[in-house]
Amino acid sequence: METILSLQNLSKNYKNVKAVQNLSFTIEKGNVYGILGPNGSGKSTTLGMVLNVVNKTSGNFKWFNGNVAVHDALKRVGAIIERPNFYPYMTAYDNLKLVCKIKSVSTNKIDEKLKIVGLLDRKDSKFKTFSLGMKQRLAIASALLNDPEILILDEPTNGLDPQGIHQIREIIKEIATQGTTILLASHLLDEVEKVCSHVVILRKGVKIYSGRVDEMVASQGFFELKTDKEAELIAILEKHESFGKITKEEGLIKAFLTAPLSASDFNKAMFEQGIVLSHLVNRKESLEEQFLQLTENQSN
Amino acid sequence: MFVIDLSETKIFHFPYIWHITTFFIAFFKFFFAIVVVSMIGNEYSHRTLKQNLIDGLSKKEIILSKFYFILAYTTLVTLLVFIITASIGIANTPSADLYLDTIFQGTEFILAYFVKLLTFFSLCLFVGVLIKRSAFALGFLFVMFIAELILYGLFRFKWYNYETSNEIMQFFPFTTMWNLIDEPFTRMGSIHSTEEFFVTDFNVYWYEVAIAIVWLIIYITASYQILKRRDL
Repeated sequence: METILSLQNLSKNYKNVKAVQNLSFTIEKGNVYGILGPNGSGKSTTLGMVLNVVNKTSGNFKWFNGNVAVHDALKRVGAIIERPNFYPYMTAYDNLKLVCKIKSVSTNKIDEKLKIVGLLDRKDSKFKTFSLGMKQRLAIASALLNDPEILILDEPTNGLDPQGIHQIREIIKEIATQGTTILLASHLLDEVEKVCSHVVILRKGVKIYSGRVDEMVASQGFFELKTDKEAELIAILEKHESFGKITKEEGLIKAFLTAPLSASDFNKAMFEQGIVLSHLVNRKESLEEQFLQLTENQSN
Repeated sequence: MFVIDLSETKIFHFPYIWHITTFFIAFFKFFFAIVVVSMIGNEYSHRTLKQNLIDGLSKKEIILSKFYFILAYTTLVTLLVFIITASIGIANTPSADLYLDTIFQGTEFILAYFVKLLTFFSLCLFVGVLIKRSAFALGFLFVMFIAELILYGLFRFKWYNYETSNEIMQFFPFTTMWNLIDEPFTRMGSIHSTEEFFVTDFNVYWYEVAIAIVWLIIYITASYQILKRRDL
């Protein structure tokens, strides 16, 4: 697979604070990546370093095959950091024209990109007249101008109202379906879960996981069960070799699998033993549960 | 009746007019300083500096683009000053004295004006990049100016004499610019005086221009180095 960005032992210290420590990961073409981590875990610093605005303390990073200067590589990238930054006294169109000039691409895609984000009718309005949601959408249009090989988004829905958040997510999903590589930094787990196939998890500047979302926790998932004969069910589950921990919450019995077991096989076995299940769901932990599990494990 | 006829003073005549206009117009550069300083300050406060870097501009290109702007701006202003001065001079110099060589005699002051303005704007650029906020940067420039005046005073009246203080102070930022176009009053006085004056002392000297250009290079490279080392 084609590598777009690779980091090798990248570190950044701000005086006494170690913002990012020995971070290494690779971004392959065509995947949607999420960088997850609580506030202050080094997400923005990491993106700042690869985007030429923060100087690294040590380590290395390489754009594409590594033989172009960073600022030239960035001409093939689309990136939005924190909040939209444009010249407030210039119109949306003029701002995008400037970006085209910097990225040395033709200006004839401006209208097309403005249409994607739904701002075509406001192209001659000054940037300062835009609402935050519109500003953020303009930023996305600007990042798309060069048909980037990778789109980098840092907290793209930060500070937006629910409608704005929804609009931005729809746009991101649409871009993702077209096969553009995306790197999305966020502390909103459901946001990452909805669009990303791979994640990098940071905590206090240290990578604690990188890989596929669905392989994040080596777990088989769990069953949520409900029956009239609770005591008998728990007794059976405790003896069953496929189950580990068993908990009871709000009338639901949660049985965590230690080995793969299909829901229908389990149901059949229970029925044969005279236990009728009124509720049976085979679930995997949500990203949030997995994330908390990971960060907890690390802090021990 | 008592009438002050300025034309009697010959200040509108070639070659003196080159000296007079460039000297006085140079004071207006403090207004233009606002333009240069806020140009940088806005890039910081609107965070467009950061965005332009992310979009693929290099830090070198950013400083160079600002320098090119200053260069174009200075050229335009100098050209304007040249045209205006030449017109006033042609209109006021007695036609008997109007020869090409008399008109262009003293145009070295235009060159000095150009260098003076370019050095000053580069200083503004440097302070703008260093301080980030336009208001503070302008304040800093003013404090710098006052500090140098005080220093000059100390050198001249307290520690050393006139000659030594001038020798040392000619390397300081504001004195460097001031020396490019000496004050014209003594020179103008000498025109009407019968006494002998050292008129040659008012010329633009090559080393004055050289010192200014060295400062200019320092300002631009320092701006680049600051930007290069700074986390935005």
